[in-house]
Amino acid sequence: MIKININKKLHGSNGNMNLDINLNIKENDFVSLSGESGSGKTTLLRILAGLETSTGTIQIGNEIWQDEKTCLATQKRKIGFVFQDYALFPNMSVEENLLFVKNDKELAKHLLEITQLANLSKRLPNTLSGGQKQRVSLCRALMNKPKLLLMDEPLSALDPTMRTKLQNEILALHKEFGTTTIMVSHDPSEIYRLSNRVIVLDHGQIINDGNAKDVLLKTTGSQKFSFEGELLDIIKVDVVYIAIVSIGQQLVEVVVSSEEVKDLKIGSQVSISTKAFNPTIIH
Amino acid sequence: MIDMLQNIEFAPFILSFKLAGLTTIILFMISLPLSWYLSQTKSKIKPVLEAITALPIVLPPSVLGFYILVVLSQNSPVGSFFEDVFDIKLVFNFTGLVVASCFYSLPFMVQPLQSGFESINKNMLEASYVAGKGKIETIFKVALPNIKPALLTAIIVTFAHTVGEFGVVLMVGGSIPNETKVASVAIYEMVEIMDYTGAHIYSAIMVLISFIVLLSVYIFNHKQKKSFI
Repeated sequence: MIKININKKLHGSNGNMNLDINLNIKENDFVSLSGESGSGKTTLLRILAGLETSTGTIQIGNEIWQDEKTCLATQKRKIGFVFQDYALFPNMSVEENLLFVKNDKELAKHLLEITQLANLSKRLPNTLSGGQKQRVSLCRALMNKPKLLLMDEPLSALDPTMRTKLQNEILALHKEFGTTTIMVSHDPSEIYRLSNRVIVLDHGQIINDGNAKDVLLKTTGSQKFSFEGELLDIIKVDVVYIAIVSIGQQLVEVVVSSEEVKDLKIGSQVSISTKAFNPTIIH
Repeated sequence: MIDMLQNIEFAPFILSFKLAGLTTIILFMISLPLSWYLSQTKSKIKPVLEAITALPIVLPPSVLGFYILVVLSQNSPVGSFFEDVFDIKLVFNFTGLVVASCFYSLPFMVQPLQSGFESINKNMLEASYVAGKGKIETIFKVALPNIKPALLTAIIVTFAHTVGEFGVVLMVGGSIPNETKVASVAIYEMVEIMDYTGAHIYSAIMVLISFIVLLSVYIFNHKQKKSFI
């Protein structure tokens, strides 16, 4: 069990705020931290890593990382940290980046094999693609078999296909190592796929805490599909028109009548919704 | 012509390079922790330290030389302490020159190193701390290998600048052959006694060496930058 009860005054871009977190996390959990930028997510990660100071207590199992008297140095906390910008050491090869953390060649080889990087082990980071770099960064974070893995928007700089691929690898690594993980993420599908618990922060406070489905599905109970998208094109087919709309990363075709076409402008934001098939009456 | 070249006294050059070499080594050891501290600190005394470090750039060498002379002479507490305890004289000898050069060339070592350290991605250093590595290991294994151009600039410019110093050396060391008479002082003396041939040869050697050194630095840095893109 990880017990976090911390407090820190922040002077952010949104003015002063008080980061006040009281949180218990079960071992082997995969927790996503969500919330608007400036809500204190990254600061919370950095406090857990010992990279920033705060008041309060942090306890991991029987080990106290921080209380009124002590504050364990980052070096002694046994954590893994995956940075948004990878933060690999450019002067070391992929393999050396891993071995720098711990000189365990077997583990390094194993991690590189899981992430399909084995044949790149002698390459320098600057010669790798973004996705490859982030995989190296992930492997490096797991090299000292951390008690807590912290990831700060690890996949936000990657394209959607690469994201999905890396999500699978993160999932595989989490299954194998069972490392308690806290990940900052904005991507609902990523949060849904990876985590079993979602915590939403706002102005330094926890405003929502639960499993991914409860927290993320905003339309629960409304009996209505509704998607926001961009109108890309309108094609005339016989007597009707087909509107092509981009929703998220998908293109969707919607049939529209000649009457409706008049009000539509290509490039504008549109909302596509289906009315409920089974109307419910609420008293 | 050959006769002239054979008659050249190379001692002043050897002295200049010996002085520059020693100064560079000592300054590197002093500047490494200082520039690291300056690059990482958020303390309010940072600008004060930066201003003090940069003073030798703007002060006339005579001012610097005068104060060093005052502080290190046998009549001052510092000078007499060194003489009584270590039996070392600090003025008008080679030791004094090294001490004076360390003050004079300090900014040329500290500033490139500091800006090199400041240019390093902070996350990279933090990744090293998270990996359990202390500050010293992080500096030598992560920070320094990734600022090679700045490191080389600091070392070479410090060396070249020390070879080129004149005012401070003259004030603190005088012109004792084989002890404090470095190349720049030797050229000054040749001009004074109107030995223009000698002055020409010495000056040409200085220009040539300085140019070759600077050219190598720029070529190296150019290549480094390319390889990091």
